[in-house]
Amino acid sequence: MRITQGTFSFLPDLTDAQIRAQVDYALRQGWAPSVEFTDDPHPRNTYWEMWGLPMFEVQDAAAVLYEINACRKAYPDRYIRVNAFDATRGFESVRLSFLVNRPPREPRFELIRTEGPGRSVRYSLRTVRENEGAPE
Amino acid sequence: MSTATAETGKRQARGRYDAGVLKYREMGYWQPDYVPRDTDVIALFRITPQEGVEPEEAAAAVAGESSTATWTVVWTDRLTACDAYRAKAYRVDPVPNTGPGTRTEQQYFAYIAYELDLFEEGSIANLTASIIGNVFGFKPLKALRLEDMRIPVAYVKTFQGPATGIVVERERLDKFGRPLLGATTKPKLGLSGRNYGRVVYEALKGGLDFVKDDENINSQPFMHWRDRFLFVMEAVNRASAATGEVKGHYLNVTAATMEDMYERAEFAKELGSVIVMIDLVIGYTAIQSMAKWARRNDMILHLHRAGHSTYTRQKNHGIAFRVISKWMRLAGVDHIHAGTVVGKLEGDPAVIAGIYDTLREPFTPANLGHGLFFDQDWAGMRKVMPVASGGIHAGQMHQLISYLGEDVVLQFGGGTIGHPHGIEAGAQANRVALEAIIQARNEGVDIWNEGPEVLEKAARWCTPLRAALETWRDVTFDYTSTDTVDFVPTATPAS
Repeated sequence: MRITQGTFSFLPDLTDAQIRAQVDYALRQGWAPSVEFTDDPHPRNTYWEMWGLPMFEVQDAAAVLYEINACRKAYPDRYIRVNAFDATRGFESVRLSFLVNRPPREPRFELIRTEGPGRSVRYSLRTVRENEGAPE
Repeated sequence: MSTATAETGKRQARGRYDAGVLKYREMGYWQPDYVPRDTDVIALFRITPQEGVEPEEAAAAVAGESSTATWTVVWTDRLTACDAYRAKAYRVDPVPNTGPGTRTEQQYFAYIAYELDLFEEGSIANLTASIIGNVFGFKPLKALRLEDMRIPVAYVKTFQGPATGIVVERERLDKFGRPLLGATTKPKLGLSGRNYGRVVYEALKGGLDFVKDDENINSQPFMHWRDRFLFVMEAVNRASAATGEVKGHYLNVTAATMEDMYERAEFAKELGSVIVMIDLVIGYTAIQSMAKWARRNDMILHLHRAGHSTYTRQKNHGIAFRVISKWMRLAGVDHIHAGTVVGKLEGDPAVIAGIYDTLREPFTPANLGHGLFFDQDWAGMRKVMPVASGGIHAGQMHQLISYLGEDVVLQFGGGTIGHPHGIEAGAQANRVALEAIIQARNEGVDIWNEGPEVLEKAARWCTPLRAALETWRDVTFDYTSTDTVDFVPTATPAS
């Protein structure tokens, strides 16, 4: 399945030129871009692995694209996203976050229902990767 | 104080407190020299006095009736520090474009300052019981409207504020850089719980972030609240599994009593909902209670402004919505319906800009062109996410983002569910339109002018968007607004 996290996942995958345009925008806003990757896109998996620190000093989108490509080379079968962090008071949070790499075969999510009293159900999601069937 | 002045003071006091009726302005409620203190609450009223009532007297009467006064002199005032407790009308200005030679009778803006100790900490009920408690029915005024308020930081700090706020809401939902997308389930009345959940599932799977109960969906014979909550949460979780995204549905917990509302909210929490909803008609105290509950339970709190147009829409009488927005930010809601500009409901662009700033900014400077009369410092209080809802569709996406920015929930009810290819296609059309316009804006495209081309381009590969644009392209609601600002920016000639 195609997961739809990130700001632009309903559009066709961004080209490098389009990625660069978005990074340029973030830099113009004074935001710090960073690159993160994961093999588990569970919606509650907040902390993807950091590909280095946020690039606070970078002025040029080309440098960010260089890091994206290095990360893609190291982890071609992972999800990779670019975040842009805004340190302005009142935000101090991510302002833009979009995918720049997907694994060739994306995992899916199994919905696990645990029935409770009455008709109530507790729900949880489990990431199911390729060639993985029943729960461990 | 010299003996002579003390003597004069006593004599004046004797005259002032003789039994009988005095003009309000002679009772100390009109003080043109008064300079408001940083800790004063300030209210700005639009006053239409009865024939023969002087504007200063009308303003003083409003100050009096919204603070300590009664219609006659009372000696018991002298047991109190009454000079401090009296509200002070300190400025009266004629309203532009009213009075002789215009189509509107003469109105005045009256500035009134209130000492902070007149108000209980952290209580919208107490604040409003004073400011709007009695005075709106006062006979010497033909009409009265509360246009704006300055809440001093000292008072702001006694309120909790939004349970979650824009920043944390986005962090919890893991959604950044674009407006959130929602829709209200339609038809709003009559669906069974099972059918209702179908609409929710299709819309969320198609690309919306949120679906919403309407204001009058509570617990009716066709769908009791537990049925709705159970089927809806099945839909939400299925959609989350199908997309890998956090999804939500505003479960409306509005009910007859606080006990019922807490019971419904607890059930929503048990089922794993990220958000619950209340209606403005439950009242200020109930709203504050639910905001505290939401903060304690990691829940986003959505407020539907049901009923507000009964008192916010007419310009001469009532309360401006920007004031309601200030009260609701203090009271602690996370979402509030705040106008679309382009949709089917009342919304002048300048008025809406002032309201959105009030909800979202850490500090809003006075801006008469947006209806904001005072600097307002929110002192770190969290921000409320405005919700734009009512008669909007994908073809207006560039206008919506130009007017409203990206920290907003755009709700396309009919514009999702009425899509010719179904609900999922309607949701997809909206999400593609949204992302395409944000992408273009970030790339530096002038979306106000070139937005339609951006959408046409996306519609070439996205069939649902093409169908949406073809269906609704020409739908606009172009009527003159009732609630407009009184000041238009004019160019100052260079000297």
